[in-house]
Amino acid sequence: MADFRTALGRARGLGSAKTGVGHFIGQRVSAVALIALAIWGVGSAAVLARGGYDGARAWLGSPINAALLILLAVAGFYHVQIGMRTIIEDYIHRALSKTALLILNQFVCFGGLALTVICLLKVALNAGAI
Amino acid sequence: MVESSPAPRAHPLSPHLQVWRWHITLAASILHRATGAALYLGLLILAGWALALASGPQAYDGFTGLMGSIPGRIGLFCLTVCLFFHLANGVRHLGWDLGRGFEPAIANATAWAAFVFAIAMAIGVWVLLAVIGAL
Repeated sequence: MADFRTALGRARGLGSAKTGVGHFIGQRVSAVALIALAIWGVGSAAVLARGGYDGARAWLGSPINAALLILLAVAGFYHVQIGMRTIIEDYIHRALSKTALLILNQFVCFGGLALTVICLLKVALNAGAI
Repeated sequence: MVESSPAPRAHPLSPHLQVWRWHITLAASILHRATGAALYLGLLILAGWALALASGPQAYDGFTGLMGSIPGRIGLFCLTVCLFFHLANGVRHLGWDLGRGFEPAIANATAWAAFVFAIAMAIGVWVLLAVIGAL
């Protein structure tokens, strides 16, 4: 079927749903948080690499360490979820593949975050009772 | 004479990768995405660490054995480079969001700085790991 409308006419009304800016701001706020959390995370990884299993459990028993690591996981998974979403939307153009990958991305990020937080809490809250 | 209106002209497309001259700012832009995707894997490794720690000493030994193997160490070193590059280049992006750093000379200099920072920090962290006996 021939489409007699101009490119501009077709595009009008299909613009932003007026909520996209939330991702833009969220990406940057989580980025700012991750500057500090990532540097702290690298230093912590060095400490943890030396301490072994018991050292890691004791380390996570500190509320400061547990809180910062959970914040790192939350900000990190939130940040990569938006970033990977952008990559998928930019490069995958078949509707079915794009939708499937976007849903998979949500599942992996929410699942990964839930698993990480639960595991960290389990250790952090039991650390005094090894 | 009846004439159907002409089909809409093909929309001009923006130039793609292959027509750009290779340049440090171009490399930084592409690698920002690539390193971000790699760090997605890095977070899944963090999830794996947390799961191993919560699952007991045997699982934890299995995890640290995998990460401490030669391929594991190479992968983790590459992720360290990715992390520091993405961090430095992310700071460039935050500067651009504030309207700073767009001048070509400054954009070039900060792109180079991001690469140098990433490699220097990654080597520094791994030398530190060796010094404190964590390897």
